[in-house]
Amino acid sequence: MYLYDDLDRTLVAERVADFRDQVGRRLSGELTEDEFKPLRLMNGVYLQLHAYMLRISIPYGTLSSAQLRKLAHVARTYDRGYGHFTTRTNIQFHWIKLEQLPNAMADLASVGMHGMQTSGNNVRNVTTDQWAGVAPDEIEDPRIYAEVIRQHVTLHPEFSFMPRKFKIAVGSAAHDRAALRIHDLALRLHRNGAGELGFEVMVGGGLGRTPFLAKTIKPFLLKRDVLSYVEAVLRTYNQFGRRDNIWKARIKILVHDLGAEAFAKEVETEWRTIKDGPLALDNAVFAEIAGRFRYPDYVPLDDAPRALAEARRADRAFDVWFGNSVTNHKVPGYCIVTLSLKPEGGTPGDATAEQMDAIADLADRYSFGEIRVGHEQNLTLPHVAQRDLPALWRKLADIGVATPNVNLISDIISCPGLDYCSLANARSIPIAQQIASRFRDRNLARELGRLHINISGCINACGHHHVGHIGILGVEKNGEEFYQITLGGKADEDAKLGTLIGPAVPFAQVADVVEDIAAAYVELRERPDELFIDTVQRTGVEPFKERVYATR
Amino acid sequence: MTSPLDQKIKITGPVVVTANRVGDGAVVYRRADGGWSTRLPEAAVTSNVATAREFIAAAVADDLRAVGPYIAPVKLTADGGVQPGNLRELIRLGGPTIDLPVTF
Repeated sequence: MYLYDDLDRTLVAERVADFRDQVGRRLSGELTEDEFKPLRLMNGVYLQLHAYMLRISIPYGTLSSAQLRKLAHVARTYDRGYGHFTTRTNIQFHWIKLEQLPNAMADLASVGMHGMQTSGNNVRNVTTDQWAGVAPDEIEDPRIYAEVIRQHVTLHPEFSFMPRKFKIAVGSAAHDRAALRIHDLALRLHRNGAGELGFEVMVGGGLGRTPFLAKTIKPFLLKRDVLSYVEAVLRTYNQFGRRDNIWKARIKILVHDLGAEAFAKEVETEWRTIKDGPLALDNAVFAEIAGRFRYPDYVPLDDAPRALAEARRADRAFDVWFGNSVTNHKVPGYCIVTLSLKPEGGTPGDATAEQMDAIADLADRYSFGEIRVGHEQNLTLPHVAQRDLPALWRKLADIGVATPNVNLISDIISCPGLDYCSLANARSIPIAQQIASRFRDRNLARELGRLHINISGCINACGHHHVGHIGILGVEKNGEEFYQITLGGKADEDAKLGTLIGPAVPFAQVADVVEDIAAAYVELRERPDELFIDTVQRTGVEPFKERVYATR
Repeated sequence: MTSPLDQKIKITGPVVVTANRVGDGAVVYRRADGGWSTRLPEAAVTSNVATAREFIAAAVADDLRAVGPYIAPVKLTADGGVQPGNLRELIRLGGPTIDLPVTF
């Protein structure tokens, strides 16, 4: 966990006071909606179909148990008893009343939480690997760099009114769990040939109407230069990014239009003027920030204790869950546990106040009080002693977050879609539920293996459909919901955009189509362990397309 | 964003003016008396462009009570009832089409 200081607390408290005053003036009529809207958006308050929506930032997806309990409190006190974890590792409350928002924000501020920069044309929540700090394949905790950037860009006046929003992700593991290439700016920590640590810098990724994967503009950047280089990228974008057309305003369009090489040249020119200035990361400053991350006092434990093996042998359900939801930890005797927020019949990413409270209690008891949010819309307990797994599993099952479907076909990433969102053209959640129901047979789901489905209810692509192994995009045609299907997308270190397989299909046929695609995969794969995505890459989409449209 | 007053009004059937209530964001419909109601049957309905323009102008001027007004299609039933004219409006009126995790 990162420990906020007085500056953070003061800043958040002052913002709550400002917002309370602004809401009061709006309700009294002193402010018009045109005047108030930019103020509420600066605090993450949107207006959706049914009500105001409050989006709360969860920096690099790390939550303390106290923060999760406070989110439960907000859900229960000011909303309808649940919240929605998003693909940006934030949380949204969909039924907030404007009149009550200042109190909700004051309660959140008491644990250092807020909605700043969860909307608007600024740098949004810096995201990372949900296993940061504990993954065995990690070089260094990427959250330290995410925090350095967070501190620099929070309320930074130069970057508060950019051409469009700006999303940054940081990774430092061999396997990309942060979907780096779909970000406006991504940093990947690695070692160069000389053994030095530095970042690969990627820019211009993003989905939406015009999807692009980020391009590498600097293969190796010394750690000391990371902040000055980020600043140079932001300045270059701020200067040259288009402001005349919202659909062409993201950095991905600028990088595409200029070309990555020319963009990089502009950045380098800017960077040379600032790289040895105050933004060069001083070791002492870096150490101070790193030092504010508190790591658990792990105790020496046996790896793979005998009691765990016995529990796996004794209970098939526990063994299945263990195989699906438990991952190796860098410290012997510990493990990383993923909590599925994708129960059959549920809404992907939703958690009730009762679940949040219970998870906070379990985090205190079993995970040193820490919880993570992943972009897949699941939660993680990052520091669980392996010997505690049987007891933890029973408690997770009791509250409905132990569905053993992580990374399987029913672990669907989905935006809220037309059931909540004012931008959506079609519903997402019912599609996710239909597919999950169709594949409720867990043996079948395991037989299909790793298979990521991503659903977006509009072209803005909050469900990241372009990088789903199966991507589903809702569109509206003559007042009816239709869905375009893409195959072969992926968001890992070998990121790819999916390929559209043909005409959109109606709402009622989407689950059938997914079933056809799954059946085609089973027939096409060369061996049982060839993953769906590997089969698609080997065969191309044509055989799947033939299967899907043969009878349609 | 273009103001609703600057947008060309195209009407192919009966419409109402809808918005969200300022204080709590609830979906509301403009009544003939200039007030707002959460009940669609109480909405003022018109199929006339000039009247719709008057409705939306009055709604925009009522910024203190309603936010984001716009013209939405409705369907009139044989018994004189009013129903939402498309799925989006159906969901705005009736709520999400899925079961909510917690109901009150």
